[in-house]
Amino acid sequence: MKKFASWAVFSLLWLVVPVSVAEPLGLPPVPVPADNPQSPEKIALGDKLFHDTRFSATGEVSCATCHDRGKVFTDSPLRVSEGINKLTGTRNAPTVVNAAYMTSMFWDGREPDLEGQSGQPFLNPVEMALPDHQPILDIVRKDPDYVAAFKTVFGKSGDQVTMKEVKQAIASFERTLVSGDSPFDRYYFGGETDAMSAAAIRGLEVFLNRGRCVSCHTISQNYALFTDNRFHNLNVGFERIGKDVTELANAFSAAKATGTDVDIAVLTNKNTSELGRFAVDDQWTSMGGFKTPTLRNIEKTAPYMHDGSLKTLKDVVDFYINGGRVKETDPVNAFQSGGIRQLDFTGRDKSDLVAFMKALTSPDYASEGEKTQ
Amino acid sequence: MTDSSRRTFIKGAGTLLAGGLLPVSLVELVFAKTSDNFTFAYISDSHIQQISGNEFVRNFDRGLIRAVAECNLMDPKPDFVIYGGDLAQLGSKPEIDHGLEIMSALNYKTHYVMGEHDYYLDLGEYWESQLGPQHYSFDHKGVHFVILNSILTYDDWTHNRWSSGEERMGVMAGLDNPNGSPFMVGDAQRVWLKKDLDKVSKDTPLVVLSHSPLQKIYKGWNFWTEDAEQIQALLKPFNKVNVLYGHVHQIQYNQIGNISFNSAMATAWPWPYPSSFLKSASHVPKLTVKMNRADPFFERDATGWQFIDVNSGNVDVQYSLTDNKPRTVAFSDKKKQPQDTQYQDKTIPPQEHY
Repeated sequence: MKKFASWAVFSLLWLVVPVSVAEPLGLPPVPVPADNPQSPEKIALGDKLFHDTRFSATGEVSCATCHDRGKVFTDSPLRVSEGINKLTGTRNAPTVVNAAYMTSMFWDGREPDLEGQSGQPFLNPVEMALPDHQPILDIVRKDPDYVAAFKTVFGKSGDQVTMKEVKQAIASFERTLVSGDSPFDRYYFGGETDAMSAAAIRGLEVFLNRGRCVSCHTISQNYALFTDNRFHNLNVGFERIGKDVTELANAFSAAKATGTDVDIAVLTNKNTSELGRFAVDDQWTSMGGFKTPTLRNIEKTAPYMHDGSLKTLKDVVDFYINGGRVKETDPVNAFQSGGIRQLDFTGRDKSDLVAFMKALTSPDYASEGEKTQ
Repeated sequence: MTDSSRRTFIKGAGTLLAGGLLPVSLVELVFAKTSDNFTFAYISDSHIQQISGNEFVRNFDRGLIRAVAECNLMDPKPDFVIYGGDLAQLGSKPEIDHGLEIMSALNYKTHYVMGEHDYYLDLGEYWESQLGPQHYSFDHKGVHFVILNSILTYDDWTHNRWSSGEERMGVMAGLDNPNGSPFMVGDAQRVWLKKDLDKVSKDTPLVVLSHSPLQKIYKGWNFWTEDAEQIQALLKPFNKVNVLYGHVHQIQYNQIGNISFNSAMATAWPWPYPSSFLKSASHVPKLTVKMNRADPFFERDATGWQFIDVNSGNVDVQYSLTDNKPRTVAFSDKKKQPQDTQYQDKTIPPQEHY
């Protein structure tokens, strides 16, 4: 009931607010594909699809199960996501918030856009586990609400409604989930000198200089996405395949050449998962690489890293200080990104940096964490 | 399938797959022509440098460690690996030992080429004790391979000017040190090379491996081999000749007559391009400081290694570049010269004179 209520409020909001609403402070205009323009009705349809649990084998899991608005569209504090029957995948659910700006989707970028991404979890055996997309089409072609909505939005009905329209509607909804206006944005782009605490201001200095964070978590002149949209091997989780990487990589490439589904393989096999970007682009230089996530609302989306292996922001900072290691004595794998090197932090740098990251929470989500705890 | 149609497909596939990314294992599976088809990998210029005791420059260690690990992923496996020289920075035993220890993780047989950084401390004595002769030849699947020590120089410079091997090594280690001396293969090796090549039929593909380019590019930085013309004359009678060299830390390719030249990337750091052959004076500040990386954050940027396909008797060099897209410089049957398969919008005429 609560979900329905929030959906109704949200769609109502979109009926009264123009679609081309100005982007929040600190973010650029949302890129919208020419073949999938936004409309209030399409966004509302996407919202409904996003929350529909009927699109899973057990009827219990929707997109929102792992991308919950109350948790900044993640499933925090889960380490890795849980699909049907509590089956677990291999990766920590990335937030949908501001995904509209990303140039590839999933931790390994295996889909180029939100449209492509949205079709995959329905079929993954550890997520929604449908055998194919037909059960979704059966519902949206018969359910009166969906029939009306697809007719209004796309002018299509019956067999004319395909996964293309379903995915476009979901993507349109996701493109509305943009969120700036954080204390950092008001300080850095808005000129409000008191928008961030003194510790956060010092933390920004560390972020830009001594910490070298900004090299991947980018801040541009007029906006900040906090991601370079590239893939880096940080030395997270790679140790489990370090010794066998040649055999594993060759076996995976051979399997892929004969039709193995990458999406299923990387989420159902912990070793395959650690191949990272290599599993997608077959490049040796991509071995163990994962996409730089945005840092917006990061305080609310613990745990961290692609495998959810670090619990707190302090743990993350310690990991980088140690040159991509939990402990300074841990090994570093041969494929680790050349950007990751030990950092020379002084006394309060660490807590200042954490304070800065906490200043990246948007007002839309500022109290959500507290509410759900 | 002919070689040219094969390469056409590679180019086509490169355009189809976003960003020209080639699944290497697929190329070989689909296009393996005969049992004679083979590849070898080529790693070069790691400049392993000792700080003191067991402490070595991390950046350069990581470059070689990464190249070795990537090379081990090759599928199908390369038949062997060439190491193109400058394993060490100042030629010491600890540096060579440390470099060879990292190289020992490589799963393939490796042939080593002598670089000036390996040589000028003790004139190659320790290197030779670990790795064997400084020049030799071998045959592999119908291709004749020649390894030369091309970084020798005038005897007077080598033997009469320096108070110690360390001093000599230090001078030769500077890229633009005016007290350096031009590299050469030298009389003795050229006599040996002539005898060696006399035994090889003229239609046998040749692959000549040297550290310095066996062509004259820029004397100021010793991108140079003093007796290049004499060596080229010895190679001239052969139908298919390929020279592969390290030293320059950048991608270069060239065709002089029948000889194709390809360079190797360094695993340690990139060099900029020399300003070479300007008619007017250059006012660029003189380079005396090592440019040790292109992107100050991603220290592996502009470094890499390569593997080489000698399927046709002419080499196709595929560069694996960390933090960059891979590049392929393949021999064009049409133009009869190596060319980058992706960057053909602005073609530069091949060098025909110095």
